[in-house]
Amino acid sequence: MRRLKSIGAFWYDFVVGDDWRVAVVVVVALALTALFVHAAGVNAWWLLPVCVFAGLGWSLRRATAGMRS
Amino acid sequence: MTALPLILTVFVACTVEAIEALTIVLAAGLTREWRSTFQGMAVALVVLAAIVAVLGPTITLLPLTALRLVVGTLLAIFGLQWLRKAILRATGYKSLHDEASAYLREVAAAKAAAVSSRRGVSDWYAFTLSFKGVLLEGLEVVFIVITFGGNQRNMGAAVIGAAAAVLVVAVTGVAVRAPLARVPENAMKFVVGIMLTSFGMFWGAEGAGVSWPGHDAALLVLVPVVALVSLGYTVLLRQRPRPGLAAPVAHSSEEVAS
Repeated sequence: MRRLKSIGAFWYDFVVGDDWRVAVVVVVALALTALFVHAAGVNAWWLLPVCVFAGLGWSLRRATAGMRS
Repeated sequence: MTALPLILTVFVACTVEAIEALTIVLAAGLTREWRSTFQGMAVALVVLAAIVAVLGPTITLLPLTALRLVVGTLLAIFGLQWLRKAILRATGYKSLHDEASAYLREVAAAKAAAVSSRRGVSDWYAFTLSFKGVLLEGLEVVFIVITFGGNQRNMGAAVIGAAAAVLVVAVTGVAVRAPLARVPENAMKFVVGIMLTSFGMFWGAEGAGVSWPGHDAALLVLVPVVALVSLGYTVLLRQRPRPGLAAPVAHSSEEVAS
């Protein structure tokens, strides 16, 4: 059980890394993109880049917030 | 898309990882024993090659849309992780990865460890240090090779890029017999983060059903836009006053700008 947990922790750290919120942003943005394309018929190619850039900025802001004056 | 961007991206990503693995291998070999170090490295390379040999052909059997969605998602998340770290390092919020100090730490630990032989290996510490270092750094290489190669249906080109990087770093390492501390590692990680994030977004969105304007040519816009946004965040973070933190050192600006 402990070995399974450490393997899981390794892969989580390997793919997701320091900020899980970035991963959530990517997954939710892709789900929304699929919804736009398949349910609404909108070719929402712009949605993922916008969400990724916003997510990166949000993550950087959180990472540096405690170090500001 | 031609094979060249694929080979170059894999080459740069693998060079960074190979440099980190080289630091560990040199620390084990120069302070302990070369034979056990090479044995550890060889076993790790066999394991990595086996992973590529098994997963590579398997992943190409998946339908392209599903493959692009899964791989694009993973690549975008993975790439953003690299990019985030590279930006934090370039702006002084995170210390730069320093191969020289990493090497000294490994050397100190290697000198302190006792010598013991096991399973036909004369120095078990040197073997495991080298094995773990090459395997862990190599897993990131394997991930990039499989995802890029699988998505482009060109595993051979991805393997060529990775093999060339390992060869270049190994030959250089043997020639200088020291960690490659002067390589602009953070700048390379910055570039790789941009490439992984761009390709991840491109493939992920395609997998979700999007048709990019200009099709593959959209990448020619997406990559520079990701680079510009990342550099923009870097500039913004550098302009912030940060008490208790040293100002970003001069070479970090060279690294990102280069």
